[in-house]
Amino acid sequence: MSVAAQNLPEAEIQLSVRGVSKRFGGVQAVQSIDVDVPKGAILSVIGPNGAGKTSLLNMISGFYQPDTGTVTLEGRDVTGVRPSRIAELGVARTFQNIALFRGMTVLDNLMLGRHVRMKAGLLSSFIYWGMAQREEIKHRKHVEDIIDFLRLQDLRKQPTGALAYGLQKRVELGRALAVEPKLLLLDEPMGGMNQEEKEDMARFILDVNEEWGVTVVLIEHDMGVVMDISDYVVVLDQGKRIAGGTPDEVQRDPAVITAYLGTSKAEVESDAK
Amino acid sequence: MPNNQSDAMNAPQHAGAVRYADTMTLPKLMLYNARSIPKAPAIREKTLGIWQTFGWAAYAEHVRDFALGLAALGFARGEKVTVVGDNRPRLYWAQVAAQSLGGMAVPVYQDSIASELVYVLNHAEVSVIVAEDQEQVDKILSLKEQLPTLRHIVYDDPRGMTSYSDDFLLSFEEVEKRGREFSRQHPGYFEQEVEKGKPEDIALLAYTSGTTGNPKGAILTHRNLISASESFLEVENIKRGDDWLSYLPMAWVGDSIFSLVLSMIVGVTCSCPESPETVQRDLRELGPTGIIAPPRIWENMLTGLQVKAADASPLKRHVFNYFRSLAEAIELGRSEGKQASAGQRLMYRIGEFLVYGPVRDQLGLRRMRWAYTGGAPLGADAFRFFRGFGVNLKQVYGSTECSALVAYQPDSEADPNTVGRPCPRIDIKVDERGEVLVKGGGVFNGYFKQDEATRGAIDGEGWFHTGDAGFFDPQGHLVIIDRAKDVGKLDDGTPFAPQFIENKLKFSPFIREAVSFGNAKPFVTTMIAIDLNTVGNWAERNSLPYTSFMDLAQKDEVRTLIAGEIAKCNATLPEATRIRRFLLLVKDLEADDAEITRTRKLRRGFIAEKYAPVIEAFYSGHDRVDLSTEITYEDGRKAKIDSTVTIQNVADSGVTQARAA
Repeated sequence: MSVAAQNLPEAEIQLSVRGVSKRFGGVQAVQSIDVDVPKGAILSVIGPNGAGKTSLLNMISGFYQPDTGTVTLEGRDVTGVRPSRIAELGVARTFQNIALFRGMTVLDNLMLGRHVRMKAGLLSSFIYWGMAQREEIKHRKHVEDIIDFLRLQDLRKQPTGALAYGLQKRVELGRALAVEPKLLLLDEPMGGMNQEEKEDMARFILDVNEEWGVTVVLIEHDMGVVMDISDYVVVLDQGKRIAGGTPDEVQRDPAVITAYLGTSKAEVESDAK
Repeated sequence: MPNNQSDAMNAPQHAGAVRYADTMTLPKLMLYNARSIPKAPAIREKTLGIWQTFGWAAYAEHVRDFALGLAALGFARGEKVTVVGDNRPRLYWAQVAAQSLGGMAVPVYQDSIASELVYVLNHAEVSVIVAEDQEQVDKILSLKEQLPTLRHIVYDDPRGMTSYSDDFLLSFEEVEKRGREFSRQHPGYFEQEVEKGKPEDIALLAYTSGTTGNPKGAILTHRNLISASESFLEVENIKRGDDWLSYLPMAWVGDSIFSLVLSMIVGVTCSCPESPETVQRDLRELGPTGIIAPPRIWENMLTGLQVKAADASPLKRHVFNYFRSLAEAIELGRSEGKQASAGQRLMYRIGEFLVYGPVRDQLGLRRMRWAYTGGAPLGADAFRFFRGFGVNLKQVYGSTECSALVAYQPDSEADPNTVGRPCPRIDIKVDERGEVLVKGGGVFNGYFKQDEATRGAIDGEGWFHTGDAGFFDPQGHLVIIDRAKDVGKLDDGTPFAPQFIENKLKFSPFIREAVSFGNAKPFVTTMIAIDLNTVGNWAERNSLPYTSFMDLAQKDEVRTLIAGEIAKCNATLPEATRIRRFLLLVKDLEADDAEITRTRKLRRGFIAEKYAPVIEAFYSGHDRVDLSTEITYEDGRKAKIDSTVTIQNVADSGVTQARAA
């Protein structure tokens, strides 16, 4: 099994998952998986439905407690730490099914993403002037940077529920960015999008990665996008890791071709274009 | 409105005078402003949700730094700088910076496709391009090998640019930084270079998109631009402190006149919208005191308003409709020279409080003192509506070759059917063939590197041949009928002006574009592109499902709807030139497909070739025609749509009789 992403000095590793397993009743969702994500990389997790991709993400972000194994963030053991604490440590995520406050505006949804970075307490927030106001201005500035970055200027005051699907996904990415993450977990950010929306989103992910130096872990079904933008790809099947490496290595891996895609090599390559 | 009080003070400043045209250049005016009104707001940009204002001193500082940066890069007098992108302060500064060094600005349309860009940039021998963002930079980089004269690309927005490392690619800040270094080694260089500038230096190469062949670059000197603006200022009340929204394409000469020239002469403040999508909201926030907009925008505003009024509660709807008809009745009376009755005046006051003021406020027109429409006629209904609601909407007429401004309408003579009186010191005459000729300070100095075209446009006596056919009406207003070369004759000798008919059709909110045929033919026929928004909206309200433009345009119901609109239009046309047959196009006319210019003027020759089978079918009596249209995507890829389109006859007995006779 090719493991180009592995065997790096510890300082270069943003996130390390070791021997993680998770069982739901009779279903072994994730079975002893190892993944190392180098700092500043884009790593994609692919695999058929039910392979355990989202479960893996949920264990990294603290939504699930792993049954066995460890999750290490920048050398620090965060296995089983509650989600809010993980967020404070600089891990942000988006969801497969959009999880925005539909009645709130784009701006408010993004400001909410700043919550973990807000320090004013109940009392000072109630009084507002002074500390809470200064804080509000600082956070608003950050949010405006994100609005500019994601080209959401015209939608600031729009309720998110009224936006097109692709735009909601973009707002969700924005909210994750509002956390000022070092590690971004994206669960199918391009699901249900048309080609143009996909290209925009891919551009945004690359820009987040290149300009803000954010490490990205991505679950995605569109092979063209995955092979285009990822530095590393990890393939899961039925809860197990069956392959890993650079996009080129993974595309050539016979285990991937037979077990996961179940198609001929030619088709895999044409998919990837 | 507080602005009105100072009118008397400012007006004499320009009354009947050429103040600057014979002495100044744009950079000199800028330096003058930086000294005399350093803190007055010159330009604004909305960034990160907040309007950032630059005073004249800051404006001049950025221009100086960038100009010196260009000098450090080896920019010499006579070289050209192109700007490409949405309206941004830095793109304006770059143009003035080039002019400060004796160079020329060559703004290009931000949505130009690659082949158009290559032609213009090479023809103008552009050496530096200032691009707004990564998208524009990528477009230029992909053409780099085809652009031998291009030395540097400068970008405004650094977003997405970190991984680019070419030497010829610089950020705007970097150029300014080099300019500041250059300034330490060469103190006074900038001022000396500006001082060398003369009014007859070329300021702008304005490429007209051209309805035939390749674009032509109109040579406009500082004198042309300033002279045309001063003529306009003499009759129009534009003054310091006026707010202007710079949202029209920078490559259009009208934007240069307002956002650069008028801004520098009088101190109008320009504001650049946050993004093209936010223009409507920025307009409302800013509440500018002046605006120029093509008819399409006014019509969209009116349509949007009507849709909202129809959705309002019955009481509100009733109030709106009552005051709307009142306003239109008064406005109609005014245009016929009748005074409003005392009762009408009283109700109008109430209406101002209940309806007119709030509506203007919602549209961002509340502080508006001058509003212009131009480029094509605006429907009389829309025109009357806005004037009735207290917007001082007027027609203005001009062309790139005349530095944008030729004719204007005094406030009391606003009329949707004319383009107004000649501006002071500009002569207009109509020659024996009916073509409109213009002479004056704003008229250009020829087309760049195209002497033959220049000789065809300016005659020995200095008259510019506009190519428009027109006449003067009894009150002395110029009326434009059509492009002179497009006016033809039907078989029976009846004069046929296609644009005249098309404009009438386009007054319908459902019709976006129309192309009519009839020259040397027995009767008039028309191809119509529906307006996807309004027809789509109409379809939804009538429970008519559709998937795409193509699908919608092929519905029988839609064809019936448009047939009704055509019948309405026919009622206003002389019998012989009524439209007898039409079809609905399965796609809109697109500049990317070279069917229209970037300013939405029809390229008739090209269309006639492309749609030859349609014309053939129109006059051979076929009811259906196979249409294979090639479409060009924004990135230059091409695709083909094949479809069979139904041709419909317009039910109108009058026409059949006319034909029989």
